[in-house]
Amino acid sequence: MARATAKTNTEDYIRMYTQMVRIRAFEDNANQLYLAAKMPGLTHMYSGQEAVAVGICEALEDDDRITSTHRGHGHCVAKGAEFKQMFCELLGKAEGYCRGKGGSMHIADTSHGNLGANAIVGGSMGIATGAALSAKLQKTGRIAVCFFGDGATAQGLWYEVMNMAALWKLPVIYACENNGYSEYTRTDEIAAGSITARAEAFGIESFEVDGQDVLAVNELARGLVERCRKGEGPFFVNLATYRYHGHHVGDINRDYYRSKDEESEWKQHRDPITNFGKWLEAQNIASAEELVGINDAVRREAEAAVAHAEAAAYPDVSEVDMHVHAGIPHALSA
Amino acid sequence: MTRELTLSKAVNEAIAEEMRRDPTVFVIGEDVAEAGTPFKVLAGLVDEFGTERVIDTPISEPGFTGLAVGAAMTGSRPIVDLMFGDFLFLVMDQLCNQAAKIHYMSGGTMTVPMVLRTNLGATRRSAAQHSQSLHALVAHIPGLKVAMPSSAYEAKGLLKTAIRDDNPVVIFEDKLMYQDKAPVPEEEYLIPFGQANVLREGRDITLVATSSMVQVCSKAAETLAAEGISAEVIDPRTIVPLDEATIVASVRKTSRALVVDEGHQSYGVTAEIAARIAERAFYHLDAPVGRIGAMDVPVPFSPALEDLTVPTPDAVADRARALCKGGWADAA
Repeated sequence: MARATAKTNTEDYIRMYTQMVRIRAFEDNANQLYLAAKMPGLTHMYSGQEAVAVGICEALEDDDRITSTHRGHGHCVAKGAEFKQMFCELLGKAEGYCRGKGGSMHIADTSHGNLGANAIVGGSMGIATGAALSAKLQKTGRIAVCFFGDGATAQGLWYEVMNMAALWKLPVIYACENNGYSEYTRTDEIAAGSITARAEAFGIESFEVDGQDVLAVNELARGLVERCRKGEGPFFVNLATYRYHGHHVGDINRDYYRSKDEESEWKQHRDPITNFGKWLEAQNIASAEELVGINDAVRREAEAAVAHAEAAAYPDVSEVDMHVHAGIPHALSA
Repeated sequence: MTRELTLSKAVNEAIAEEMRRDPTVFVIGEDVAEAGTPFKVLAGLVDEFGTERVIDTPISEPGFTGLAVGAAMTGSRPIVDLMFGDFLFLVMDQLCNQAAKIHYMSGGTMTVPMVLRTNLGATRRSAAQHSQSLHALVAHIPGLKVAMPSSAYEAKGLLKTAIRDDNPVVIFEDKLMYQDKAPVPEEEYLIPFGQANVLREGRDITLVATSSMVQVCSKAAETLAAEGISAEVIDPRTIVPLDEATIVASVRKTSRALVVDEGHQSYGVTAEIAARIAERAFYHLDAPVGRIGAMDVPVPFSPALEDLTVPTPDAVADRARALCKGGWADAA
């Protein structure tokens, strides 16, 4: 596979590598918290798809908007979130980004333009397109990226909002993280025709890219972001990627829909972090020792954040009826 | 100065005034621009504000409602025009799973200042999918506010408040009242949410009526007055938030209550308000709390059948009379 042409500087490469490692470390710790029964509820691992979130978010400005999915930790990290507030949110603690009210499936970080994960598959497609409409009406120059999985392409909402985005030339990029599975079913068993052709049917310029190649993703994204800002959007990108875990952390025995051979093939040969690390070494951008140093630092950061979150306080019970309505401190005390 | 305005024109004025005041307000929906909606409520707005702020959409209710949610989260104040209240069923995910919950799920870091304007009301011979009064469904979902104007005056004041509210607000206009006139001041005014209007004071029974049923109950009160029964008529104006205090105080005074609403009777607004009265005014009651909603059948097309399904002034007067004079069980 041909690598994208190098156009960014060393600092950008190292940051992209670091951000991918941070996502993997976050997920490994989140998975451990689940397995140790320290995390309430369930969660969906982003591991394996890191190059998608990082390649795209590194092409965005801090105040550009993204919408995320139930498999959303990767987008949150890639858009600039801090581990401490993220782990606090996953554990339902008051210091979490959403004061523990959202949890893994609703984590949002408005300080970096992340309008939130969404537990309805495809549920954020309207929100992202609406953010792009706002940006166009108010001439802010911002763009919006709508992340969703291949499973979400079966939702009718996508076709409705693509139609409007194309009609009104909205600055939105629809990024389909195509990991091949719609929950517990192979997507090619339930998707007719071509997903990319569906976007093209609306006159939306569409692209397919190797979602395991962070440089290829980033180079494509930079170009599309720039064109979006000039009013040439919307765009659709189909990113071929793979999720290493099951649909959610509890989806352990999955032989009935996916083989172990297939999983190990992706992990051994198509891992976005391993492959990018090798490239950085081959290009003499970073040594093996430097990469190990990054990995170790990220691991320590994640462990410290987990420890912090485990010790952090739950929200006071008085918060249960706060934030029902903006402007009303407690909805039920009237 | 006050002049007579139709409810339709009052809504139009409210939107125009707020769009002049706040450049982030825009209207989005089907046939809202040149067509001005099938009811012509928005006629002329596009001439003043252009197609950038009065946006015609494809027939994609979930899509444009979703766009409004996202726009509201990012600095705009969209007014969604949902052509018929029946189409609420199409937008439930965007309205109830997304808009209603975003402020809460984000721990208060995001707001969704959007208005969804739609309508209710049967007897327009529009049959089962264009005649429903579905306000109870959205009132059930925490995070939404629900306003129910009962006249042109109410429609303008409540809509202006809705547009300035930082929460998602669903406002139901009675589609049979669009051409009904009422005095509306020329000066600006707003009607705060959660403050009921006591239209008529009385001693013997409290009639709590929403939206289209305010007129019905006012007519019933006239009939009852001629018979020597003094009825108090209360319009809650918003069912979320609900001015429970005014309703309860009234029932404690009159000792009888009848709740009238055009939603289906089962599991609806009449049930909720009747329960609150029973909880807080039980020892003041001289009769069971009565209620009349729309008949629990899909709205039929045939006029001979449709007219049977909605509360009428005569039905309200009959039930109120029974509650005041005994024999309420027979009147049920």
